[in-house]
Amino acid sequence: MKIVGVDVGGTFTDVFVLNEADGTAAVAKVPTTRPDQSGGFLTGIGEQVEDLSDISVVVHGTTAGTNALLERKGAKVGVITTQGLRDVLEMRRRDRPRTWGLRGDFEPVVDRRYRLEVPERTLADGTIRTPVDLDAVRVAATTLAGQGCAAIAILFANSYANPANEALAVQAVRAIWPNEHVSCSSEILPEIREFERFSTTALNAYLQPEVSGYLDRLETALKQGGFGGEFMIVQSNGGVMAVDTACKVPVRTALSGPAAGVIAAGYIASTAGFPDVITGDMGGTSFDVSLIAGGQSMLSPQTSIDFGMVVRTPMIEITTIGAGGGSIAWVDKGGLLNIGPESAGSNPGPVAYGLGNDRPTVTDANVVLGRIDPDNPIGGKLTRLDVEAAARAIDAHVGAPLNLDTHQAAEAILRVANSRMAGAIRLVSIERGFDPKRFAFMPFGGGGALHAGAMLAEVGIARAIVPRYPGVTSAMGCVIADMRQDFVQTINALVDQLDTAVLTGFMQDHVDRGMAMLRAAQTTFEARKVNFELDMAYIGQTHTVAVPLEVTVGDGTVLPPARAQIEAAFDAAYTATFGRLLKNGVRRVLNLRSAVTGIRPKFDLETLAPKGTRIADPRATRRVHFGDTWRDTAIYDRLALPVGTEITGPAILEQPDTTVLIEPGLKGRVDRFGNTIITGDR
Amino acid sequence: MAEIDPITLAVLAGRMEQIADEMDATLFRAAFNPIIAEAHDASHGLYHASTGDTLVQGKSGLPIFVGVMAFAVKAVIDKAAADGDLADGDIYIFNDAHIGGTHLSDMRLVRPYYRDGKLFCYLASVGHWHDVGGAVPGNYNPAATDVFQEAFNLPPVKLARAGEINQDIIDILLRNTRLPQSAMGDLNGQLGALDLGIRRMDELLDAYGADTVRAALDALGDRAEALMRAELEGLPDGRWEAMDYLDNDGITDEPLAIRVALEINGDEMVLDFAGSAPQCAGPVNIALPTTVAAAYVAIKHVFPMLPANAGVMRPIDVRVPEGSMLAAQFPAPTGGYTETILRMIDVIFSAAAQAAPDRIVANAYGTINALSIAGKRSDGRPWVMFSFYGGGHGASLEGDGLNHGNAPISTATIPPMEILESVYPVMFRQWALRPDSAGDGMHRGGLGAIYEIEVLEENGAEAFLFGERGRFAPKGIAGGANAALNVFSYATDEGFAHPPLVSKMRGIKLRQGQSVRLETPGGGGYGPAADRAATAVARDVARGLMSAEHADEAYGQAWREVTI
Repeated sequence: MKIVGVDVGGTFTDVFVLNEADGTAAVAKVPTTRPDQSGGFLTGIGEQVEDLSDISVVVHGTTAGTNALLERKGAKVGVITTQGLRDVLEMRRRDRPRTWGLRGDFEPVVDRRYRLEVPERTLADGTIRTPVDLDAVRVAATTLAGQGCAAIAILFANSYANPANEALAVQAVRAIWPNEHVSCSSEILPEIREFERFSTTALNAYLQPEVSGYLDRLETALKQGGFGGEFMIVQSNGGVMAVDTACKVPVRTALSGPAAGVIAAGYIASTAGFPDVITGDMGGTSFDVSLIAGGQSMLSPQTSIDFGMVVRTPMIEITTIGAGGGSIAWVDKGGLLNIGPESAGSNPGPVAYGLGNDRPTVTDANVVLGRIDPDNPIGGKLTRLDVEAAARAIDAHVGAPLNLDTHQAAEAILRVANSRMAGAIRLVSIERGFDPKRFAFMPFGGGGALHAGAMLAEVGIARAIVPRYPGVTSAMGCVIADMRQDFVQTINALVDQLDTAVLTGFMQDHVDRGMAMLRAAQTTFEARKVNFELDMAYIGQTHTVAVPLEVTVGDGTVLPPARAQIEAAFDAAYTATFGRLLKNGVRRVLNLRSAVTGIRPKFDLETLAPKGTRIADPRATRRVHFGDTWRDTAIYDRLALPVGTEITGPAILEQPDTTVLIEPGLKGRVDRFGNTIITGDR
Repeated sequence: MAEIDPITLAVLAGRMEQIADEMDATLFRAAFNPIIAEAHDASHGLYHASTGDTLVQGKSGLPIFVGVMAFAVKAVIDKAAADGDLADGDIYIFNDAHIGGTHLSDMRLVRPYYRDGKLFCYLASVGHWHDVGGAVPGNYNPAATDVFQEAFNLPPVKLARAGEINQDIIDILLRNTRLPQSAMGDLNGQLGALDLGIRRMDELLDAYGADTVRAALDALGDRAEALMRAELEGLPDGRWEAMDYLDNDGITDEPLAIRVALEINGDEMVLDFAGSAPQCAGPVNIALPTTVAAAYVAIKHVFPMLPANAGVMRPIDVRVPEGSMLAAQFPAPTGGYTETILRMIDVIFSAAAQAAPDRIVANAYGTINALSIAGKRSDGRPWVMFSFYGGGHGASLEGDGLNHGNAPISTATIPPMEILESVYPVMFRQWALRPDSAGDGMHRGGLGAIYEIEVLEENGAEAFLFGERGRFAPKGIAGGANAALNVFSYATDEGFAHPPLVSKMRGIKLRQGQSVRLETPGGGGYGPAADRAATAVARDVARGLMSAEHADEAYGQAWREVTI
């Protein structure tokens, strides 16, 4: 049987097929189809798999949810909320889009006309002050259905502390609502902080009809093609979930595609002997950086998809700066060279694409300096890049104001872009207490491997590792990712008053629900594990510390943790974060977080390695500009290089979707998995 | 002086900004007090060795500090020169607002940075401490008539001598705050941020050399000046005036004028505050450093790309007559400085809007509404809920103003209602947008908010408010209308009542089940209301953001023909 990973991006749909029988893998890259992405999805699989009944699992990394949020193309949503709180979604946390300028307004995804209030109120301690008026709830639901709302979210104050009013309201609405898109905030995120909980729940409702419709279409098409296996979706936390879960909580797919890429990068790097790695995905408009320490990705508790669009579910932490291949270089009125944040993206794209942009980009600098082959542009859409136009744009917008010639100006653009990218790497490593010298840098995406050498020089990283197929990393991540379910519950109690029976009850409930999901899955697991974490702080402190809690789950039953154990765990985590404990501080537990994971079998990356042994000769030589001079630079066909090959810079390794630059003073070596390891040449 | 190429300059500018940003982040993480940890009421930067001028400052700190920190560093430079004993490893500490700007809650730490035995620059850290003594917990005392009623006053003194911390200073500080644990946590965080800054500067100078970095710092000042001059060149020459008022000083019910004449001559600008009210008895005075900083904040909102560098202010002459409330003298109280600088920013916008209406936004809601509700629980434990509340932003040529934003001098977010309800014995009956509060116009202002807070504690509670805009509404520009006034009311046995001084009041007694109600202003409108699209008016009415009566009155009946 075969396991198939499919990553649908803005331009390409990538497919990674693993044959379980012999461990071999195959990849395919086809254009993404719009508006219905299922066309490209099936074409891509079809390139490598003739008979869909040979497939046991299809795992999908999707941007359908992200795009619907960014383009505001979700469903018409209705909200029923507590009297007096109709505007929480629109008021946010009283922030503004940018610190300086005071411009820009905000439209929430739910129009104020479709946010209705009902009498009900729960207090912070869980006491029900006003029972929910179910007649009012039914009238509100009927009104919203009549107004054409396709999904409904029930958002009540303090429902994290007592979900009873919400539960009654949901029950009443489900009895009369015309479809299954009914949710309430305590089901989606039983965590304190009303805006974050309401926003996550409302955005989930906003995505439900859209994403579940899309996933249904895909599943139907797969089944019609003879597919009888399991269809799963990558979540933002880097784990996969069953498709029916994804239809209920599509908000968990907000960072699905990028998360899969980081998962694969971590696996490739660990296997190659580098459990500490910083990934850098360079796209058209941005450079996305993520840090993996000891093989583990960092998770962040929430993100803003756009101003005011907060999603609070655990996600792989990815730091983005506006320095991609399409970022525009410009000189400000004070004479300083800047890169971005404005970007030409991929359309019109760099000047060299000839599609109408006339302001120079980072890619244009790479083209003018000979680092990108103008006769074989990546992606296959264009036949030739316009080097002269790129040079003219660099002269006009950077060279002239700074009094530099074309190549000096292009080098200047790269230096400033590289220093911004290096700044992002420093941010996720040095500033979080990680020494970058211990880490490897893994570029993926089309352009990242052109800048790997600069990252070594700028940040002091010892080596870069370029995966054999950098362009299909996310699709490979789909095949590798474990099945994972995250749960949260606000506890909000001082440790010395904590009722451990109540805490254990929540932990048991999380384990039961998580294990049930694993049991329902058709896929096989090598192992199952449960992780518990408490968000804790001293009383009076607002920032919490994540406190891992070692708790035995024997035969599916959670053994209650003791208060002393919780205190000790907090002290250890707090000391690790801040260096010292607080004398006489009172410890508080804010939230319980549980993760239930089914470890999926991994595959042997060596099966991807090149099979040949013949020493490859350069296929050409090209003049490439380094520093202040042109160097004759050997060009190799990267995929033909056998294991063990060492190539001394300057050299360029080309493959259909990536260009790897080995700068003078560096060397590249092909490891036994086909990765290229770039280090200093001594 | 070493020459520096433009590329190295661009790279170093980014590196040094990152150092200041990282100092900010270090303090935000470590601070105990939510005013720093959540509201980011703090700032860090690098300052010139002999002038104290701001060279680089963190992007995530409080906007107002961007202009004011140079004065704190200059005060230390003067003190060290007078004493003649500056040494590597010294750290100065002070909160005196008359020489350092803002108010006494802001604790400033200034540390010289030496390289190869020579003074290279200063690093500084400022953070708003939770409590620094004085008559009112949290130091927002609307009835203070001198600084001694506001807080403990500390002039610049050495917290550390040549690397050796002077524990005596810490002991004195901790004895003069109601929250010593919070103060110690914040002090440690600030010291940690300065240590980090020193380490990062060492690394930077190791990599690039002291001469190159010094050359970059000089060049960045010139570049900031050139940027500012280029922007001023783009504005027409001329002189424009604007005037607005504060409701009162919290002592006497008389309005206080804030007046500016903005003059542009080529690439230079004068901001003349002649005609503003004289120094007053209550705490809405500000010291001259605060005035200059507020001018900088207003200018940076107009030109957001300007860097946080003193070079920006070289072509700008800020004039304040002696005796003005904008150049208050010790020991005049300054605790409510936020209200005064918000009004200064408003008048600068209103004057600039006459020169270049397409570049300027209308007035934002213009008051931080510092509301504190306090009492004792049945077990005797005291509680104080202290927060600032939001309002609408001004409209601009580009579009409507933002509903429920934060103040232009701050980037603080509001604590979640559920956190407040879980920590304090209160319940919000309402947390909502306030219909009809926006200034009308071609583009309308953002809406203000309504917060109604009920006391659940059986012992009742006492409330304090320090606000503004109760009598003088946020202004529209380019023909746009003013927004609604700030309205505060509180429950009494005879029904809801309003404070005699409209926007300021101490000692409001509330029983269990009674509430206070804050209705905050929206933002001013942009352009004539007659130019607003009927569909936009109809949409606002359909959404309940505007009443039909208000729409008819402000925009006529055309919207009634539109189907939404």
